[in-house]
Amino acid sequence: MSKITYIGKLLRDKEISCTELTEKYIMSIEAENKKLNAYVNITAETAMRTAKDVDGKISRGEILLPLEGIPMTLKDNISTKDIETTCCSNILKGYVPIYDATVWNVLKNQNAVLLGKANMDEFAMGSSCETSCFGGALNPYSTSHVAGGSSGGAAAAVAGNIAVYGLGSDTGGSVRQPASFCGLVGLKPTYGTVSRYGLIAYASSLDQIGPITTSVEDAAIVYDAISIYDKNDATSQGSRKKTTDTLKNNIKGIKIGIAKEYFEGIRDDVKESIESAMKVYESLGAEVVSISLPQLKHALPVYYILACAEASSNLGRYDGIRYGYRTPSYNDINDMICKTRSEGFGKEVKRRIMLGTYVLSAGYYDAYYKKAQQLRGALVDSFKDAFKKCDVIISPTVPMTAFELNFTQKDPIETYMTDILTVPVNIAGLPAVSVPCGFDDKGLPIGMQIIGNSFDDAKILNAAYQYEQVVKNHIYKELQTGVRL
Amino acid sequence: MSWEMVAGLETHVELSTKTKIFCQCTTEFGGDSNTHCCPVCIGLPGTLPKLNKAVVEYAVKAGLATNCRIRNISKMDRKNYVYPDLPKAYQISQYDKPLCESGYIALSSGKNINITRIHIEEDAGKLIHERGDTYIDYNRGGVPLIEIVSEPDIRSIEEAVEYIEKLRLIMKYIGVSDVKMQEGSLRCDVNISVRKNGEEKFGTRAEIKNMNSLNFIAKAMEYEFNRQVDILENGGCVVQETRRYNAEQNTTESMRSKEDADDYRYFRDPDLVTIAISEDEIKNIKKSLPELPGEKLKRFTEEFALPFDDAELLTKYKKIAEYFERSCKDVTNKKLVSNYILGQMFRRLQTDTEKEEFSIKISPEQLNELVLLTENKKLSSNMARNVLEQMLDTGKSVMSFISESDMEGIDEGDLRAICEKAVANNQKAAEEYKNGKEKAIGSIIGFIMKETKGKADAAKATEIVKELILKN
Repeated sequence: MSKITYIGKLLRDKEISCTELTEKYIMSIEAENKKLNAYVNITAETAMRTAKDVDGKISRGEILLPLEGIPMTLKDNISTKDIETTCCSNILKGYVPIYDATVWNVLKNQNAVLLGKANMDEFAMGSSCETSCFGGALNPYSTSHVAGGSSGGAAAAVAGNIAVYGLGSDTGGSVRQPASFCGLVGLKPTYGTVSRYGLIAYASSLDQIGPITTSVEDAAIVYDAISIYDKNDATSQGSRKKTTDTLKNNIKGIKIGIAKEYFEGIRDDVKESIESAMKVYESLGAEVVSISLPQLKHALPVYYILACAEASSNLGRYDGIRYGYRTPSYNDINDMICKTRSEGFGKEVKRRIMLGTYVLSAGYYDAYYKKAQQLRGALVDSFKDAFKKCDVIISPTVPMTAFELNFTQKDPIETYMTDILTVPVNIAGLPAVSVPCGFDDKGLPIGMQIIGNSFDDAKILNAAYQYEQVVKNHIYKELQTGVRL
Repeated sequence: MSWEMVAGLETHVELSTKTKIFCQCTTEFGGDSNTHCCPVCIGLPGTLPKLNKAVVEYAVKAGLATNCRIRNISKMDRKNYVYPDLPKAYQISQYDKPLCESGYIALSSGKNINITRIHIEEDAGKLIHERGDTYIDYNRGGVPLIEIVSEPDIRSIEEAVEYIEKLRLIMKYIGVSDVKMQEGSLRCDVNISVRKNGEEKFGTRAEIKNMNSLNFIAKAMEYEFNRQVDILENGGCVVQETRRYNAEQNTTESMRSKEDADDYRYFRDPDLVTIAISEDEIKNIKKSLPELPGEKLKRFTEEFALPFDDAELLTKYKKIAEYFERSCKDVTNKKLVSNYILGQMFRRLQTDTEKEEFSIKISPEQLNELVLLTENKKLSSNMARNVLEQMLDTGKSVMSFISESDMEGIDEGDLRAICEKAVANNQKAAEEYKNGKEKAIGSIIGFIMKETKGKADAAKATEIVKELILKN
């Protein structure tokens, strides 16, 4: 039974009250968070209030929705009314939204118990969570390693058993990579299926909110709850069907595409894990076919050009005038804006704003931004062709396992390179899920990425589920931290 | 040496849709500061724009009414610049695929001023400087605008003024804007340069920003023309720059030169989807357009046989044109109606605003009733004039001021008898008239009117009197 299903059952069967459950989580957070730094803001009062409501419903014999009463966390770039939302940036410290993000609104209406806001790389820019102004979140498997990024806090909380599930956002791998590093399932849905309204933008054409969970089934449950059409987001379409309906379908005869381009420069142990996963798939009756994705080599530069360009525009609004941080002393308005931004933004954010401003500037636009847009089109076509030959494409999620602390501080280019396997789907708007597929010799989890065609979220979750069922005893390890039920 | 002015206009028109371009807030003018705002139009982190379909429809109307081609596929772009009245640090506008292109406006001389493009965009907020502090009011932020860009086809201040007036009237007629210049719902940037007469090449231009009065535009253009001519005549060069008009000193002054012009880093707004308009939709919008001022003017002169000046004055104000047409029902001589409106009614409406609002006490039906009575000779024009004054004062109908006997008229025999009496009683005037003093006849007619209590047909009476005098 998946964790969400199990806890839901405990609540329904009155084995535990929602108040007791929530108290356990809050107490565990107080103990564990000092170590993991997963939460940047703990919302105990809100959580307890919701828990009481849920207990009221249970005592009145009302039927609970799937996510009702389940303690969870939200990445700190998802707007929560009356709860500080900082994107883990000094520039947004003290900013309290006056409205709820659509995803949070949906979950709140289902009495989801929000334990707190999760740590992240500043404005979701980073792969280790270490660009957070609160310091990075650590990996529950090994605290000398990072939880990953940018949704590192949510992954650390879920893996460390101080949240049942978390919502992250994935612009270039920010849900899948930390899920991979922390031995969890991370889903980056098809662009447009989950509303972005209220998600503080990093790169609008790439950002997508997705769940981080301890099983494929939980990912499907959460995704089904949040993938609804939202009139506040012009790019929203909602999902076409419930992924839980087809989750347990037989996968006999499905075609799994393997592209050699996805295996260049991959650490051997990671490669081997994927190869043994292919054997599992073959045993389930799936057919492994080789495909080619020649445009993949352009994905990384295309990603960094497009993401930075959009970010440079999206982050222009942080000027200290209306909300957030304002420099204490200044001469005039320009001086105020300049100092506020210089002091408020961290190094990585500044780097990307400058890159993005540069690639959009007159005289450089054609060589960078326009070119990147053309290559984006080519990559979309390349995937379209590939999906004529297969149902899903499988690759590693990250070329390696969790970084040691401070790895990313050394060389930004080397760090950017580690995103090479996750960014292509964001550029093409496709769904992809990262599922654990083993451990390295240090005991750190390895992740496998299953990519689907547009709106095939159900298909990739189905494929992930069937694999998981066969190997679950080998790919999951219940850590002895946090709440154990 | 003589110089020619070359000018092109960028006109911003605020659309009068009920809600803003990307959210549900009202577009109403005024209101307490920051009360017509929501998270979207103040650009709070995480908010997303949603395009108001009515804005597209209004802009297409504006495009069709100015003879533009409408793009079937269009998109929104971000124009990035930093200013406190722009809360997202970018304005959502249209860059390389404007909704409407290649139109024109015909001037009364027959010359066309070509329109390069019309695009949609959001307005910014407003800075308020008070007691040494600056405040921001975002009520106007997100109000939909169209920007109408003309080709540099304008050669004089008069052409510029006529172009703006025509444009303004069209927007008013099609109901897409209230085009109140004093409230800033129509504002102009003027690009202006000079060249020697006969020269083909354009000179270096200056752009005078953001003027919201025809008077200022005319004055700014005059000042700027003279300034540029002075520079060139003294062997200098005009610098390409942005200038502002200083109304107090009646000068233009430099804001920034081309070198430090902003690089707006335009790119497609990823938060908004493609705008697609089918030919059918365009056709339907075209069908919904009312008669435009130019067409109306033509009809008034051709079908209604009005003099051009009358027709032009009547069509200059949408409400008056409509009032006129409704008053014309069953009237053969439309000039009669025009005379009442442009004469007695206009005397009561001094300013342009008053004419625009045209709030007079009587309805077109009431005027029509009066006109029909005069046209059918039930009422003398003299009497009608007096009655109309009373109607305009009170708002009451014609029948409140006249009796049945007033409408009986006077038969020709009776009138002739009264005329004879009048001439007999005014021998001196008759004599003077006979000796060539035309005006002298007035006192005789006055006598007749007094006798008949104004019921006599003045024209008819004059005819008889003349005949009597000349016969003697």
